[in-house]
Amino acid sequence: MIKDFLRRFVRPIDPWLLLFTFLVFLLSCIVLYSASNQDMDKISDKFTFLGVALCVMWALASMPLQVLMRLALPMYVFGVLLLIAVALFGSSSHGAKRWLNIGVTKIQPSELMKLALPLMLAWYFHHFEATLNWKHFIVAAVLMVVPVGLIMKQPDLGTSLLIAAAGFYVLFFAGLSWKLIGLMVMAGGGLAYVVTHWNLCIHILREYQCQRVATMLDPMQDPLGAGYHIIQGTIAIGSGGLLGKGWLNGTQTHLDFIPERTTDFIFAVFGEEFGLVGNIVLVLLYLMLIVRGLTIANNAATLFGRLLAGALTLTFFTYAFVNMGMVSGILPVVGVPLPLVSYGGTSMVSLMAAFGILMSVGKDRKLMKA
Amino acid sequence: MNRSEIKNQLAERYAFQLRLAAAALFVLVLFGILIARFSWLQVAQHGRYQTLAEQNRISLVPIVPPRGVIYDRNGVVLAHNFSAYTLEITPSKAGPLEDCINRLATIIDITPKDRRRFKKLMEDTKDFESLPIKTRLNDEEVARFAANSYQFPGVEVKARLFRQYPLGKVASHLIGYIGRINDKDLKDLDDSGDLPNYRGTDHIGKVGVEQSYESDLHGVTGFEEVEIDAGGRAIRTLKRTPPTPGKNLVLSVDIKLQQIAEDAFGDRKGALVAIDPQNGGVLAFVSKPGFDPNLFVDGIDPQSWNDLNTDPDKPLNNRALRGTYPPGSTFKPFMALGALEGNYRSAGAVINDTGVFNFGGHAFRDDKVGGHGAVDMYKSIVVSCDVYYYSLANTMGIDAISRFMATLDFGSPTGIDIDGEQSGVLPSQEWKRKRFRTPATQKWYAGETVSIGIGQGYNAYTPLQMAHATAAIANSGVMFHPHLVQYIVDGVNGNKTVVEPRPERVLPWKPANIATVQHAMEGVIKEGTGAKAFAGAAYTAAGKTGTAQVFSLKGSKYSESGTKAHLRDHAWFIAYAPADHPKIALAVLVENGGWGAAAAAPIARQVLDYYLTGKQPAQAASDVESSDSD
Repeated sequence: MIKDFLRRFVRPIDPWLLLFTFLVFLLSCIVLYSASNQDMDKISDKFTFLGVALCVMWALASMPLQVLMRLALPMYVFGVLLLIAVALFGSSSHGAKRWLNIGVTKIQPSELMKLALPLMLAWYFHHFEATLNWKHFIVAAVLMVVPVGLIMKQPDLGTSLLIAAAGFYVLFFAGLSWKLIGLMVMAGGGLAYVVTHWNLCIHILREYQCQRVATMLDPMQDPLGAGYHIIQGTIAIGSGGLLGKGWLNGTQTHLDFIPERTTDFIFAVFGEEFGLVGNIVLVLLYLMLIVRGLTIANNAATLFGRLLAGALTLTFFTYAFVNMGMVSGILPVVGVPLPLVSYGGTSMVSLMAAFGILMSVGKDRKLMKA
Repeated sequence: MNRSEIKNQLAERYAFQLRLAAAALFVLVLFGILIARFSWLQVAQHGRYQTLAEQNRISLVPIVPPRGVIYDRNGVVLAHNFSAYTLEITPSKAGPLEDCINRLATIIDITPKDRRRFKKLMEDTKDFESLPIKTRLNDEEVARFAANSYQFPGVEVKARLFRQYPLGKVASHLIGYIGRINDKDLKDLDDSGDLPNYRGTDHIGKVGVEQSYESDLHGVTGFEEVEIDAGGRAIRTLKRTPPTPGKNLVLSVDIKLQQIAEDAFGDRKGALVAIDPQNGGVLAFVSKPGFDPNLFVDGIDPQSWNDLNTDPDKPLNNRALRGTYPPGSTFKPFMALGALEGNYRSAGAVINDTGVFNFGGHAFRDDKVGGHGAVDMYKSIVVSCDVYYYSLANTMGIDAISRFMATLDFGSPTGIDIDGEQSGVLPSQEWKRKRFRTPATQKWYAGETVSIGIGQGYNAYTPLQMAHATAAIANSGVMFHPHLVQYIVDGVNGNKTVVEPRPERVLPWKPANIATVQHAMEGVIKEGTGAKAFAGAAYTAAGKTGTAQVFSLKGSKYSESGTKAHLRDHAWFIAYAPADHPKIALAVLVENGGWGAAAAAPIARQVLDYYLTGKQPAQAASDVESSDSD
């Protein structure tokens, strides 16, 4: 009886995803303990977040994929409506309108879109699987541009690019023409060229965004301001060396040089204390999670499952890459947390939700075979 | 499912797998780039970064720019900086704090006031910052501490620039002061993106010109890359980017005039604003009593702060900018002009003042028992006849009055270049509807219009607004936004940026109408309520006295001696001079001063005398005995 219950309880869980998640989580607690100056409250918070995130993951994992498919369209429409509401009545903070005040709390609808857009696009392609042609890609592009545009207008360039990437991954797996991809890469390169040329940049981006790019190219331009993050982050990682300065021994960390060292810049702490070896271990753990995700995509029974699993996995990768790239100074500073490691509940829950969906896709295959 | 479908599916599967492989390659390549970057930083460049990290503790030292100096129009320094040593404690490194301060007190004199101030700074800031325990050390104290510094980790002597206000209380409200940056300032700086420029800066302008011209005064923070040894001593400077000093300000204020005006008040409370009507430049901006802005510079100690805040005279309250008072009879020239412009009265129309205006069963009384007899517009202003304006207000109605007064900025900010201006209250039907809750209180009653006519009722304006409107009459309807700063001077290259007079509007008054009102205001000085105060003046002036009731005495006769000080009437005087080509327009308010003619006009006289003829007053105007009535 109990055995039966346990089996049913455990069945939707993908052991590999869970194992690697736990390993990253473990590393995360170790580094957070150091980054927060041994603040046990933060560690216990972290466990609370994990608890909530595991419940969300389990709930989504146990949900049949068909249910998720049915939810795709309503979730997307709801998300877009919320974004429009934000544009109309959202509350501003620091000059950006990103939040919707719903009495008890403020919600940031762009968070929901991170899952809703890939779900919607995967459902859309799945729905027209039999007759798929280039016109569907145009519709899909429109479905993508609407929320991305709304978020960009908030303004929240970082999030809008990440959500655009999530949408693009679905298009890519659905068979977007290689030629078009080539063109887009070239256009992207061209844009990057323009952006790095200061004078043209102002016309395309907001001034502070240009500033960030210019600062990344030459942090010493503004060493006490925007460049400070980059300089200190790079110094922390570089001074870590091959094996690191050892746990709790990071001088950059403990002398207050790393800003936001428990959140977006936690990787600088990690790199300083655990060195190149530590970094490689972390990258490998992320790689394992990604390989597992792509495997699930490969084995998925339906187009919906394949597209969704593939896109969510690559999105996860993008977060990890962008964060580590920005902390080590090869990407401009955008507010992206290090997946599963940065202190903070929202990002943890939304990542584990994505894993839950991956598990649901994986389980779907098992059911089909049985 | 037929064969081709299966084949199709297989082809699709294959295409998808190809994409998966491409994705995996993409992931591997980008992760590879990351690992390459890490290897570069952590292996190839490790030595360099290790050195940087070791040197890091003060590898980048911000250099705070000297704050801009504030001068008056004649080059008198109102706010400047001087360098002095301070003894500073970094609480997080100093160990048990009480003990540390007690030990310090054995070498350097630390007063209880210093301790209280330090405690307050601790509460206001994060504990890893270094905070001054004692400022302005002399050389001997510096030497004594240097000899013992090894006993005090986390304590150091720093050379810092201090703000100083050489004139103390004079012009304190307009100059303002600087104080330590608090959490709210930090948030504001963060929101505006100026926070990096404040690295190393402890102070920021809090009120007055110091606040509103903060971005000009502050300058641009420089920085120094310094190499230090393990003990934290600087060995050599690697690179230095000098700070850009803050810009200097030259005010339009004449500080001598300001001082004469402040002295003229004696111990009385009140405000005076003098404006150059031809360009809106503020010549004097008095709010009495003032405070010593030097108290705030090192972080004010709680005792002094408490004293300032609980003082019943409210010295921190900027009365010229934020105090709103009914204008009393000084409202009459504006009413008269409104009547002429709206064709409600001709200048020559005569009414018979019997001393009472009856309206709706209520008797509105004149000051003079029995009335002034036959009164035309000229006489109504010269003798300050209430009945004339009760009747005029009733004829015009509240809407016409408030429409006309709004063009003179009554009830709205004048746009002066310091923050916190009050807009006062220009009563109107709409204002009342918004101000009150219940339908009965929201309704405008015609009887209320009657007292509006003599500047009572809901009318409430700042002395700044009164001076601004007076300047408009002086300048025949050409209005400028008042401004305190004349030039912004670049401290590096000496380039002057003129703060251009900002023309506000040209009011389309008929020349004959404004001339009538100007003529009547000259009459006030020549033969009317202002005559005594201006007897023997070497110039022609135009003005109007006013006495504003603080509360309404129901039936009983007002008597100055029989009324508690804080319920006594406010005394007003507005004026401009020379009458034919005005160079100065002003408004004086003496809080609870009694009659305008007696309390406020003599202050204006001393100010105008000095500004136009250079004559220094012999004694404070408030001590001059006078018994004129309003």
